Amino acid sequence: MAQVTLAGQTVEVNDEGYMVDASQWNKEIAAEMAKEQGIELSDKHYEVLEFLRSTSEKGETLTIRKVGKSGIVDIKGLYQLFPGGPLKYSSKFAGIPKPASCV
Amino acid sequence: MANTETPLKKVCIIGAKGTIEDVYATLVMANGAVMEGIETKVFFTFFGLDAITKKQMNKIKTATIGNPAMRAPGGLPFPSILGMLPGVEAGVSAMMMKSMEKLDIPPVDEFLEMITAGGGEIYACKLAMDMFKLEKEDLWDEVKDVLTIGEFYAMCGGENTQIIFT
Repeated sequence: MAQVTLAGQTVEVNDEGYMVDASQWNKEIAAEMAKEQGIELSDKHYEVLEFLRSTSEKGETLTIRKVGKSGIVDIKGLYQLFPGGPLKYSSKFAGIPKPASCV
Repeated sequence: MANTETPLKKVCIIGAKGTIEDVYATLVMANGAVMEGIETKVFFTFFGLDAITKKQMNKIKTATIGNPAMRAPGGLPFPSILGMLPGVEAGVSAMMMKSMEKLDIPPVDEFLEMITAGGGEIYACKLAMDMFKLEKEDLWDEVKDVLTIGEFYAMCGGENTQIIFT
């Protein structure tokens, strides 16, 4: 557990850099985390992040299949938005815990 | 996780068996690798070809005979003789697919689409194709190529590459 400053705000993150408290999240924090990964967030990215946040809030397990069926973006598009980590990066930028899911 | 000094870069997975558990082991490992940004190549051979044969891919079954791990719901014993009865294998297999669907694990064709959507590549074994008298047209459309094992090995070079046989 560590504290880091993202977009001028001090947030708590775990060893892998995932935010511990989803309520500390805002769009600027997401943008800064994405930038570290070399990703510039577009409106489409934010739509995915919002979907992940609301699904996670409901206590549902997140999978790329679920995102693919959300109507926001298909799985191919999801990979294009978050190269090399469609779920691990998107959930990180969404300020939610890393999904314990194999799909 | 934290120790990523030499992360895995590529996996070459060989799927040689055609039961639900074998095919899904292959698919889950392949999809999981793609999701982690690991280059992924999958080679289906022998009965594993069922997973990428249009006619068979969504009809795979689990063995209810000769499977000592087979148990009835609730962990009750499942005598092998029951597995011989008509419809039991189909019923058990349908139940397994249903419980996987609940965990958001897709049917075989959709699972393969997820893998290729992320850049994973699917190949078929030439020798097994000849043996089962299959043509490229019999295979799922997104199978990238039909290869000899030598050609597949040629794709499996490079640092931090692993070959996995399921």
